[in-house]
Amino acid sequence: MDFNDTKEESKFRDEVNSWLSANADKKEHAKDIYRPAEMSSESESGESSALKDAKAWQAKKYDAGWACLHWPKDYGGRDATPMERVIWGQEESKFKVPGGFFEIGQGMAGPVLMLYATEEQKKRYLPPMAKGEEIWCQLFSEPGAGSDLAGIKTKAELDGDTWTINGQKVWTSGAHYSDYGIIVTRSDFSAPKHKGLTYFFLDMKSPGVEVRPIKQITGGANFNEVYFTDVKIPDSQRLGEIGDGWKVSLTTLMNERLAVGDASGVDFQEIFELAKDQDFNGDTAISNGAVREKLADWYCEQSGLKYTKMRNISALSQGSTPGPEASITKIVSANKLQDIANYGMDLMDNASIARDEETAIFQGSLLGAPLIRIAGGTDEVLKNIIAEQVLGMPQDIRVDKNVPFNEIPTGSKN
Amino acid sequence: MNFNFSEDQLLMKEEVKKLLDKENSVKRNRNILEGEEKFDKELWDQLVQMGLTATTIPEEYGGIGMGFLELCVIAEELGRGIAPVPFSSSVYLATTAILNSSNEDIKKEFLPKLAGGEIIGTFAHSEKTTFPSESGISVAAKSGKITGKKVAVPDGDIADFALVSATSGKNKIGLFLVDLSADGVEIDSLETFDPSRSHADISFKNAPAQELSADAWEDIEKLLDQSAVLFAFEQVGGAEAAMNQAKDYAMGRYAFGRAIASFQAIKHKVADMYISLQLARSNCYYGAWALSNDAPELPTAAATARVSATKAFYECSKENIQTHGGMGATWEFDCHLFYRRARLLSSNIGSQGIWKDKLITSLEKSNSPT
Repeated sequence: MDFNDTKEESKFRDEVNSWLSANADKKEHAKDIYRPAEMSSESESGESSALKDAKAWQAKKYDAGWACLHWPKDYGGRDATPMERVIWGQEESKFKVPGGFFEIGQGMAGPVLMLYATEEQKKRYLPPMAKGEEIWCQLFSEPGAGSDLAGIKTKAELDGDTWTINGQKVWTSGAHYSDYGIIVTRSDFSAPKHKGLTYFFLDMKSPGVEVRPIKQITGGANFNEVYFTDVKIPDSQRLGEIGDGWKVSLTTLMNERLAVGDASGVDFQEIFELAKDQDFNGDTAISNGAVREKLADWYCEQSGLKYTKMRNISALSQGSTPGPEASITKIVSANKLQDIANYGMDLMDNASIARDEETAIFQGSLLGAPLIRIAGGTDEVLKNIIAEQVLGMPQDIRVDKNVPFNEIPTGSKN
Repeated sequence: MNFNFSEDQLLMKEEVKKLLDKENSVKRNRNILEGEEKFDKELWDQLVQMGLTATTIPEEYGGIGMGFLELCVIAEELGRGIAPVPFSSSVYLATTAILNSSNEDIKKEFLPKLAGGEIIGTFAHSEKTTFPSESGISVAAKSGKITGKKVAVPDGDIADFALVSATSGKNKIGLFLVDLSADGVEIDSLETFDPSRSHADISFKNAPAQELSADAWEDIEKLLDQSAVLFAFEQVGGAEAAMNQAKDYAMGRYAFGRAIASFQAIKHKVADMYISLQLARSNCYYGAWALSNDAPELPTAAATARVSATKAFYECSKENIQTHGGMGATWEFDCHLFYRRARLLSSNIGSQGIWKDKLITSLEKSNSPT
């Protein structure tokens, strides 16, 4: 039992490090983050400045052969092993570099294109995706179809070799800056729920696509509603067979779960430091037994996730595939985030009400946590996945199987 | 990187599992629980024959010279089988304490017998609480004699000898080896929460005591950290067994016209067990790494493994009963054997609150806890 690299891994790590050291600044503390250099111009929002920087960094990596490492070289990757990809991620996280715009394209759209697109399309779309030149979004959820994704109603009608799309998507991250999107639609309303779906990719600048931001409880707007009014998609941009959209969607979702990792925000370190500083009944909070018990629970969760990840990486290093066990990460980290944020504000007492430098991260985490528990598979969906796919328990008995979709009640009835 | 047990270690784990399955260790637990015997001598002898009591003892002392990693996988299987044997007292605690010491005479005399299972040892530490502070030890040793009382000593009425913590002069706590059949030793068996594992109060009145170490407080702390990792593996094994029982029962139990395993209320319950089990297992692996490398991280890693494994076994064993419904709360079903064992292991070597406190203390001492 050891944490040591193999010879090859160590050589690769050195190579990664020397390139990163030459091209980026190392973090001084683990929690350092990249901040855009210029937010000077009035017209430029924080996001567009961050996007510009992220694109520049991604292009730099691409040119040096460090983008989408595990992809084939022909499509802009490096043909790297899964373990090399892990090593890159570990090392890059030690540097102050921008990111956060390309995960959906590279993590979800890319793998689907690789499986279902024509060779010509792969050569056209994958390299710019790897380079960060073109950004992709995922158009799946709808107002009446979240966890029950197969309940979507966005309609696709074929006329000749062109499809016409009408309907509405929701919770689309980054639709407002995306160039392309992957979309699942219903092409047959009289077929059973999972059989009438068809999957496409489309140009987000197509006429009839309208993107409206959703203001979240944090005050930010990272998600959008996307409306489709007579949007045309050529049949050549269909991924998979007509009516096979559910199967294609499952490929995407499997990748989504890998892409959604730890929840960011307050963690053990923040509540530990706070408890050391904070007064509590005439002493520091950390000297109180009840506080110590809570801290210990969170430390155990954080540590448990860290070493679960290590076990998965170890499986990769040993040449085996980690299973869906990784789905515990989001459940545990999102709930921990929410509880730590809430408890931190409790410890701060009255001081937690005002927003200042100290309280901001706890307040932001408390407001951000609910969405993290929902996005990319709710706690409940993930628990179903653990029960069914890891433990082999049976699926829930369904009332919506083998019934024509247009006879099934969907959405909100109140 | 290989953050897992080696193939040989996993093979050994499988062999131990096979033996305990074949011997129906859970049924044997019930026999001890319901019967008059204090432990299962037959099963103990088989474990000895397999060489398990000799695992960490070097060949020069009659052992087989393996390490703590092997002991971790054995512990997990003993936990899965809720084995009614004094293995934790004799191997995790007594054997490790003697191995840690520099007392060659005691090593030469006792390690070969411990390896061969000829004698059983235990660690007698609890007095008023299961986890006395340095100033809370009142048992006293002087000129080769020991006097005072230790309470709820695991296997106290089974063991041939005990390692006893006692004051050994001014502000010093030593560790003393006491032959439990000697004059001046009085043993009172206890009626306990989990009768599959025997406990006894032991009173010493000028009983002869051999000094293992005169200044042993740090050694004791280390021994507790070392054994915490092993106890945690045992707890993880028990937790996994309880989770699997719940799952298996739910798959075969039909209500409302369907297997209850198809209800989300049950699936989410079992998923929650799985989550706590995975967190505990991963922390245990880190504990195993720290234990086998004698790493400076051991106090933190051991407390983390111990706290999360205690939590996992409690959760899995109680929700296992809940999943079984009324039958889960009968004497006839095995659920309560795991529930009892979960509670007992939580108390042995110190309660959850104590280990949580130790964890935060060790994080306060180290500058970079994460």
